[in-house]
Amino acid sequence: MSVALEAPAAQTRTGGYFKNPWRKPRVLQGVTIAYLLWSLLPVVIAVIFSFNDGRSRIIWQGFSMRWWTADPTDSILHDPQMRAAIAQTYKLAILVVLISVPIGTLFAIGIDRWHGRPARGANFVMLLSFVVPEIILGTSLFILFTTLFKFVHLGTPAEFLGLAVFQVSYPAVIVRARLLTIGPEYEEAAMDLGASPSQAIRRVLLPLITPAIFASVALVFADCVDDFVTVNALSGDASTETVAQKIYSASRASPTPEVNAAATVMLITTLLIVGIGLLLYRRFNRGQAGGSAADLAQL
Amino acid sequence: MLAALFVVPAYVVVSVAFGTVDFSNFGRPVPYYAPWWWSFDTFNQTLSKFWGPEAIYQDALIRTFVYVIAASMICLVLGYTVAYFTARKATKYKGLILILLVSPLWISYLMRIYAWQGLLDSGGPINVLLGPFGFRHTDLLSGLPITVIIGLVYGYIPFMILPIYASLDRIPESLLEAGRDLGASGGQTFWRVTLPMSRPAILTGIVIVTLPMFGDYYTNDLLSQSPRTSMFGNLIATQKELLGGATRTASLVLILSVIVLLPMMYYLHETRRASERAA
Repeated sequence: MSVALEAPAAQTRTGGYFKNPWRKPRVLQGVTIAYLLWSLLPVVIAVIFSFNDGRSRIIWQGFSMRWWTADPTDSILHDPQMRAAIAQTYKLAILVVLISVPIGTLFAIGIDRWHGRPARGANFVMLLSFVVPEIILGTSLFILFTTLFKFVHLGTPAEFLGLAVFQVSYPAVIVRARLLTIGPEYEEAAMDLGASPSQAIRRVLLPLITPAIFASVALVFADCVDDFVTVNALSGDASTETVAQKIYSASRASPTPEVNAAATVMLITTLLIVGIGLLLYRRFNRGQAGGSAADLAQL
Repeated sequence: MLAALFVVPAYVVVSVAFGTVDFSNFGRPVPYYAPWWWSFDTFNQTLSKFWGPEAIYQDALIRTFVYVIAASMICLVLGYTVAYFTARKATKYKGLILILLVSPLWISYLMRIYAWQGLLDSGGPINVLLGPFGFRHTDLLSGLPITVIIGLVYGYIPFMILPIYASLDRIPESLLEAGRDLGASGGQTFWRVTLPMSRPAILTGIVIVTLPMFGDYYTNDLLSQSPRTSMFGNLIATQKELLGGATRTASLVLILSVIVLLPMMYYLHETRRASERAA
């Protein structure tokens, strides 16, 4: 009896599933959740295994801080090579942020104000460095620094220049997008009210583009920490290798959870910087339409 | 100034590619800066490895195209689905999903591929999961094309999702309602309104995932380590390490630049048109 009652009910439910356009999108939802798990779960597992007690990164052998602090030679705290790699990564990222973000910001203001041929040319080059496969850029610079510009030594100077070249375009593009939405009106109003052009830039334009600058700092920092191809092409020897390179070379030999620990340190740093960047972005962007996450997606 | 930073390296690469190598001096390259001295020996030699009887690079070239096309198609189908759900159906979880979608961009690419390497290791969790389907003892890291292709998808799919999401998010709801009011079914509205309107974003997405894939060699190195799956990027990376390989490296870089020139120009053209429309 109950079976007979249930059958038609189930039928109308499936019928409704095909007819009602505002139904719950179960398939789409399933795919999206599966995708998110697929994209993030491996990283979570890699982080967890940095606390593994054994040498394996796939078989759990108990919790320990062995690869972080305890092991006298192979933990990231005591392994001189890994410590050097972490320091080198930070050094490069900070240097590049300090140089690229101001230059990129000036570039954006320049492109926005000039118009005409040179501005379009600069904009073209900027976008070009976005899409050129990194291996072309990195290898070209390697060839340049080993033939014509021999005074740029492989190692920190070459790595820094290589990164800075194409990291300039992030702040340039982001700040420029911001400038386009602001328009020239505020500056003009300031100058009507008696501000000099430099005052107008300093006291009106700069506060308006501050959120974009914070976003650029976060993005450039994350990208420098992440970079492998350019740095790998331009690092001279093992002493100027970064964490990304250590991950690469270790994973081709016999990786231990020490690599996981080093990668986790980088992950935490980047997330911290990005988090702070986002918070500041929000703070300075208050009262503007759209959430910060939506803005990020527009980038 | 920035232009000089691109033009000078490009010219040096050309000069090195069309120069020779000094084997008495540790195989250092001897670039010919003056065009009338250019020698095309090495370049032609490199080129002949792609076509003709001694085409030892041909496999890698074809493989590059097959892998890149397969991976970007998977990126497109999966990415579009995820972007569509996020833009249209995610309702109150939209912000959270967006953050999760963006977060891979903040996590080191090498670390993410490294994480996969661990999972795919023989005897690892994926082997165990696939065990019932007969993959219990398959070494997934021994140079399987499918591993490399999925690795590429994994690495670059966020760059596909984000532009498509942004464009879908901008389509006004009223347009879709209009489509439905005029009698189109849900599927028809999608095919005749949503899809055409997101076409520019699809093309942009395809270009920005394929370009880095063409130069990728580390995904391959980490997930396969076998010459049976090596791609164009691996050719360059290998030559660069060789003594006296500079001329060949430069030649390969030139050839790759020509290959990616067309999609690159398309992207630049599209971006300019979009910014002119916005202005």
